[in-house]
Amino acid sequence: MRNLLIFITKYNAFFLFIIFEVSALLIYIKYNSFQKASFINSSNEVTGNLYVRISEFKSYLSLKDNNDSLARENARLRNQLKSSLYADTLNKHKVTDTVYKQQYEYIVARVINNSTNRANNYLTINRGSKQGVSIGMGVISNSGLVGKVVLVSDHFSVIQSLLHKASQFSAMLANNKEIGSMQWGDNLDPHMGLLKDVSNNAVPKVGEKVVTSGYSLFPVGIPIGTISSLKTKGGGVSLNMDVALAVDFTKLQYVYVIVNKFAAEQTGLEAQQKKDE
Amino acid sequence: MPPSKRDWRLSKKRMSKSIIINFLRFIVLVFIQVFLLKNINVYNLSTPYLYILFILLLPFEVPNILLFALAFILGITIDAFYDTPGLHAAACIVLAFVRILFISITVQKDGFDNEPEPTLSIMGFRWFLTYSIVLTLVHHFFLFNLEAFSLSQIEFTISRILLSSLFTVFLMLISGLLFFKRKERK
Repeated sequence: MRNLLIFITKYNAFFLFIIFEVSALLIYIKYNSFQKASFINSSNEVTGNLYVRISEFKSYLSLKDNNDSLARENARLRNQLKSSLYADTLNKHKVTDTVYKQQYEYIVARVINNSTNRANNYLTINRGSKQGVSIGMGVISNSGLVGKVVLVSDHFSVIQSLLHKASQFSAMLANNKEIGSMQWGDNLDPHMGLLKDVSNNAVPKVGEKVVTSGYSLFPVGIPIGTISSLKTKGGGVSLNMDVALAVDFTKLQYVYVIVNKFAAEQTGLEAQQKKDE
Repeated sequence: MPPSKRDWRLSKKRMSKSIIINFLRFIVLVFIQVFLLKNINVYNLSTPYLYILFILLLPFEVPNILLFALAFILGITIDAFYDTPGLHAAACIVLAFVRILFISITVQKDGFDNEPEPTLSIMGFRWFLTYSIVLTLVHHFFLFNLEAFSLSQIEFTISRILLSSLFTVFLMLISGLLFFKRKERK
């Protein structure tokens, strides 16, 4: 017994190493599925508030870019106004009596923490459950798809961006409506994505637009990117292609969280169908 | 032989001074890492992790259990900002263990009175260069491999490890030269 104690005190560094290393690895493995890490992450109020301060300061540095992109968006929206359209048909008497019900609502939020250089990337935004954000909602910016909400606190939420190993969004080719699944590429480049599992019938061209399909969290037709090269690596029954992403993730400042008002109804219905099977 | 009262006071004064210095170093390094270096990234390959300088520069006399505890706290603090619970902590614990091994091999125990801290100005350029290169490589090796968690992109991971280590060691040498004190070397 005494010899054992002497042995342990003599090599205490090694035993301490084992104890601490095992506990650190346990934490890493346990919280690697990110959703469980509710304590140590940036929706934690302390680090969240610090990030708000820093991001307030940093936002001054990119005011010019922001103004440009907002002005561009203004111009685009102005183009869609009725007053800027020329009515080229006279017999436009169709009364659209159906009351349109709003399906999608947009919550604007500022990005207060952002990463693009790691294998799994997340954003933190300054809107949370108090403003109506909840887990699973889609997020876009004015240039295209960004990601989905994975974690929400009162005033902040964390978004798993498209630049994440586990991210997968339903997408389609803009011209011939072929469906595929949008992922991040293998080489950790924040400007490139990978469109997989497009059926062989499609004849995609380099430069063709890729947009959201409307099957998942997003309204149909939100831009994702343009095809930059065709890969035959997937082979067999489906095509793979490289996509140059429309969103510059390294310069994200403002994003919109999409609230789908019929989401609960739709998932409820689909759950019921699964139960019946 | 029991130490005289004067010696005891001196060592106590030195200890509190080194506690304050290391505390400040911890805060400054975490701030630099989280708000400055986190955004620096050369071609997605080279990302500096200067914060490990805190563990490298702890005094020789620090007990093992305190060293491991400090490494763990530092790692968890960085993890809180990087959203990766446990990742940096695990890499820092490995770093602390390698530090103990490296120092026990290369430094004589009785020299501790003159050389309280393993800084560039005290230990000389050659020793500090080997020390920082070995420890940085070990830390980055564990960090990047734990992050990737697969062997499928091993060439990419290894090139990231080497280039990031180069960047980190470069920053360490610069900070060592910035706080260089000529007279301390005997």
